[in-house]
Amino acid sequence: MSRRDFLKTGLMVGAGLGLSSILGKDILSSAGIITPKRWVFLVDTFKCVGCGLCVRACKLENEIPYDVPVTRTWVERYVVKKDGTVLADSPYGGRDGYLINNPQGIVVPQEDIAKAFFVPKLCNQCTNPPCVQVCPVGATYQTNDGVVLVDRKWCIGCGYCIMACPYGVRFFHPVHKVAEKCNFCYHRITKGMKPACEDACPFGARHIGDINDPAHPVADIIKTQRVSVLKDEFGTKPSVYYLGYDSLIR
Amino acid sequence: MEVHGELWTLKELFVYPNEYIYWALQIVMYPLMTGLVAGAFVLSSLYHVFDRKELKEMSRFSLIFSYALLLAAPMPLLFHLLQPLRGFYVFLTPHFTSAIAAFGVVFFSYAGLVASEIWFVERRFFVQSAQRLRNASGIANKVKGFIYRAWSLGAYDISEEALRKDGKVIRVLAGIGVPVACFLHGYAGFIFGSVKANALWMTPLMPVIFIMSAIVSGIALCMLTYIIVLEINRLKSKRMKKLLPLEESGGVEMDIIKMTSKYLVFFMVIAVTLEFLDLVFRGYTAVKHWDILRTVIYERDFFNIFILQYGIGNLIPLVMLIMPGLTKRRAIIALILILIGVFMMRWNVVVGGQSFSLTLSGYMHYKIPIIPQNFETYKEGIIGALTIISLPFIFLWILSKVIPLTKEE
Repeated sequence: MSRRDFLKTGLMVGAGLGLSSILGKDILSSAGIITPKRWVFLVDTFKCVGCGLCVRACKLENEIPYDVPVTRTWVERYVVKKDGTVLADSPYGGRDGYLINNPQGIVVPQEDIAKAFFVPKLCNQCTNPPCVQVCPVGATYQTNDGVVLVDRKWCIGCGYCIMACPYGVRFFHPVHKVAEKCNFCYHRITKGMKPACEDACPFGARHIGDINDPAHPVADIIKTQRVSVLKDEFGTKPSVYYLGYDSLIR
Repeated sequence: MEVHGELWTLKELFVYPNEYIYWALQIVMYPLMTGLVAGAFVLSSLYHVFDRKELKEMSRFSLIFSYALLLAAPMPLLFHLLQPLRGFYVFLTPHFTSAIAAFGVVFFSYAGLVASEIWFVERRFFVQSAQRLRNASGIANKVKGFIYRAWSLGAYDISEEALRKDGKVIRVLAGIGVPVACFLHGYAGFIFGSVKANALWMTPLMPVIFIMSAIVSGIALCMLTYIIVLEINRLKSKRMKKLLPLEESGGVEMDIIKMTSKYLVFFMVIAVTLEFLDLVFRGYTAVKHWDILRTVIYERDFFNIFILQYGIGNLIPLVMLIMPGLTKRRAIIALILILIGVFMMRWNVVVGGQSFSLTLSGYMHYKIPIIPQNFETYKEGIIGALTIISLPFIFLWILSKVIPLTKEE
């Protein structure tokens, strides 16, 4: 083999390898050989008892100071009285659990309650995320598997993303002074683990899943049962689905 | 340990745990400042583009004031950022789907445009001063002479022909400047109007309303500062034991004030009409969030909106300016009231938009920090706002040292 041929072949092989590594995933996925992951979350409100373990686990896992009222995930309490009054609250995100029957500080006698339930909330990892749209520097971005992340080193702390989120999931991290929010525990789920809140939930109210994996039980429930998303009217296309949705949920 | 916003937010009823008034006083100041920039420029362009001869004196002043305001305009944003040292990232990696990312482009193009217009307007003065100070003695005069020589950029031709060409360029620059100024402020309105999560902000009318109230505020502040600057000059010359004859002592020419106030009234009527259109439309369509908006507009913020903004800030000064026989004192009071009204409009948009929760079942009250407890409450408090509002006047004072604000010397 001459030197010219060697270089020619070498270049071609190199280019081929490079191209296949760039395009490989796309080619394989478009051919239906592999499907890209698309993370979704299922919240079963019927199973939530408002213990607040998920909130505590999240704070520990993601290093959100325990004593500040902000939190990546929270649990809301809804108490509907027989006269139609709705009392809802989430003090400290429900971190300490709801041990006393006092929504918004009002003690409601048992016989006055028509219905009551708890609703866990977290970032909806919108398919069409307004927070990503409005970030002036691109510090908030969406991964290929559908999770919205914040680059703490690049966030300038303008708060536009906080204003743009219809779900109020974002806040300023009290230590790092940059935008902060739930990311489905991205550092865990990409290693095959479950998010901290799901691991901590003793009642199975929270489940992470891959909507593109037909064998996944979460994908199966979302596809076969009646589920709902929050604030559909904003066109954000959330990736968090709710079983037991109620129109009173805010 | 506190979360940003916790120190000045009081929550009522059902509010999400992460919700606070994150956009506080500095974000009220920001559209106020860019609005003043845009308004001052539009006022100066009325003379250059539309040939309103009666505005000649005002035009020169407002052009320079617009530049002083422009230099101060990014300051509220820097005060607001939690990472102010990273502010320049907006220029490094602008993410153009964001309205704020346009800031760098709009700001610098506008700053360049106004600077070049000032250069053409003041070129004759620069050249004459440079020639006058060429062989001057004394350090101050030498420095001044050097500045003027540098600013003349080697273009010493001030013949009639050259100045006529300058005039043409000025007209073109002013012509381009009007849409750019409107864009500068329209985009500030777009920052709010495009936030679909906020029921009060989201309206396509927001940029237009902002532009109109910006022009109102700019004209009002220019008139007010113009009167004050001339009055100071008059007092100074009085002190000089009336060495100057009266007509050269710089007393306020009421004709200029009367003429400018007509434009002011015109823009004010448009601004208020648009705001009411927005209000009526919201009430008439009464979509999901109208219930809480109604309680905010007609009950909780009633005093701020209908008394301070529309009553004291719009109606009273409107009557004062329309009534015949406008006096200097009446004009000054009316102009101050208009500026209060425009400030309240910004306040009612920015703070009002955050005074109710995303749950639509709770409220947040903004407790404005007066005495700073720490750097954060200084920045986002009254003292921080006063710092910001004093900046353009400091810049104007510095500029006045090298460029005459009113009459050519």
